[in-house]
Amino acid sequence: MKASAERRESLRYLLILLPALLVLAVLFAYPLLGIINRSVYKAGYTLDFYRQIFRVPVYLQVLWATFRVSAVVTLVCLALGYPLAYVLATCRPRTARLLTIIVILPFFTSIIVRTYAWMVLLGRNGIVNQYLMVLGVADTPLPLLYNQAGVVIGMSYVLLPYMVLTVYSVMQGIDPAFVRAAHSLGASRLQAFRRVFLPLSLPGIAAGTLLVFILSLGFFITPALMGGPGDVMIAMLIEREVEITLNWSFASALAVVLLALTLAGFAGYNRIVRLERIFEGRG
Amino acid sequence: MAPSEGIGGGAEVRLHELTKTFGSVAAVRHVSVTVAAGSFFTLLGPSGSGKTTTLMMVAGFTYPTSGEVFVDGKPMAALPPQKRDLGMVFQSYAVFPHLTVFENIAFPLQIRKAPRLETLHRVGEALELVRLTGYEGRLPRQLSGGEQQRVALARALVFRPRVLLMDEPLGALDKKLRAHMQLELKHIQQHLHVTVLYVTHDQEEALTMSDRVAVMQGGRIEQVGSPSELYDAPASRFVADFIGESNFLDGVTVADEGGGRWRCRGAGGVEFSGIGAAALRPGQPITAAVRPEKLVQAGDEGAAALGPHANACKGVVEEAIYVGDVTRYRVSLGADDGALTIKVPNRFAARPLAAGAAIALLWSPDDTRLFPREAA
Repeated sequence: MKASAERRESLRYLLILLPALLVLAVLFAYPLLGIINRSVYKAGYTLDFYRQIFRVPVYLQVLWATFRVSAVVTLVCLALGYPLAYVLATCRPRTARLLTIIVILPFFTSIIVRTYAWMVLLGRNGIVNQYLMVLGVADTPLPLLYNQAGVVIGMSYVLLPYMVLTVYSVMQGIDPAFVRAAHSLGASRLQAFRRVFLPLSLPGIAAGTLLVFILSLGFFITPALMGGPGDVMIAMLIEREVEITLNWSFASALAVVLLALTLAGFAGYNRIVRLERIFEGRG
Repeated sequence: MAPSEGIGGGAEVRLHELTKTFGSVAAVRHVSVTVAAGSFFTLLGPSGSGKTTTLMMVAGFTYPTSGEVFVDGKPMAALPPQKRDLGMVFQSYAVFPHLTVFENIAFPLQIRKAPRLETLHRVGEALELVRLTGYEGRLPRQLSGGEQQRVALARALVFRPRVLLMDEPLGALDKKLRAHMQLELKHIQQHLHVTVLYVTHDQEEALTMSDRVAVMQGGRIEQVGSPSELYDAPASRFVADFIGESNFLDGVTVADEGGGRWRCRGAGGVEFSGIGAAALRPGQPITAAVRPEKLVQAGDEGAAALGPHANACKGVVEEAIYVGDVTRYRVSLGADDGALTIKVPNRFAARPLAAGAAIALLWSPDDTRLFPREAA
């Protein structure tokens, strides 16, 4: 009796999930299989495209640069996003609501518009450089655009909300009594933060950095518009193979390598995060 | 953890005209009370009575609108919570989930930069005190609620604070465990001579553990006294109702019998005498309160001891409820006087009564408290 009830229950969930599963199968799983297939097929099965990736240094260099830029962007987002999330989680609810809206606001405009806006701000005669020169910080305009600095600024700006919201959601779940308890036991504000709040917010840091890092790996528009000729990221190479050289099989191979490296990174990261979970001691 | 090792046991805590308003709402109003050094003092009240806000002002987490907290005569206003050196046990325990039992209890010692050896020694003592020796390496999620509670207690005591604040610490435990922890807390308090300021809404818990209790309502202290004073001589109808159980009879004073004793007449004509909880005048509307166990059935054991001047009335049993150790009877006195509940121990119950039976009740005027009442 019980087993059949359980089976009915799981059937019900399957029915609820069915539309989403169908959409994923048609729009995600099928094309992905197509890409994997294309990466080893061009008028007959071959591994030439993969050989090319590992033989020609530029592709591995671009992959390495992609991971490096993503890591820098992730760190910048964490450095800017963690304090902001902390303010959101600890200020009065009304202020928190207002700040949350401000954090989400950029999502209401297109990423292309926002990227062009940054180009206006960061250009040689842009507002940022003008202010820096008026304030005497710089004598000549700083190169903020069409180089790696531009890429990092642009990408960090776009990805910051993901970090803030992810970290914030974990911080919100931390019982304020923990910090109060630390104070009652003699801990100063800094000690209470370092020994209690920070360790309890680690799952948020783990999730936020993972999310931002993975999103960074596939970034295309921002590095294409704000980077210089040397700041090519893997997504831009893939686009070039698709749009200009029309070598779709090679583009597919690059995409599969990026996917594999991302998954490997994710798996490695997951092991660390799981360890975190054990120390965190929830559940 | 012997008292001789400490700095001379507990400290005196004095609240002076403590007031807290949130916007236009006064959560705590002019609370003044002195907690004797080394005593177990409880703030008792229903939710919203201001007891937790009062405790938070002592702890330093809430800043008073006006008034002052003194610990051993020293004003606390300028000190943040971490400088007050008060131990605190929270309602949610707040045992740090990412630290082991040992690390949790060692936390206040490490903050104070105690030497390693002393930390080891003191954590060991604290664990022994709460009987958790051997649990050092466990994480909080591997502990039951009662065990987490003990860790929180050990952590709040390990740095030898002279005052321990507790905010409904037993609220989440089941009834049996709660009763057990009440006694254990009391023993630990007596052993360490620490001053305990305890907050609860559970009157039984307050009576069991406290040397003195302050009953709070609407941000004010209604009455301060020992458990027996509160139970036997409640100062207001609220206290008589909140602490234990009371029968209430509305009436008016008829004649002053001297010594604070008044003759009264109930709305339905029942006459009785009682002790005024405040100054009364003739013809004043009053509410009389009598505990159910103070009412004796005429002819039962104890009835004779009440003497010839006992209050007496007749009624009809409406309902008899068997609750194990006693049987509770709901006795109707007639339409205007309402009904009384009496509690008869079952070991005396030679003649159990059924609904509809006539019954005569006796009780002592000394067990009857009279509270002035706003005339309807």
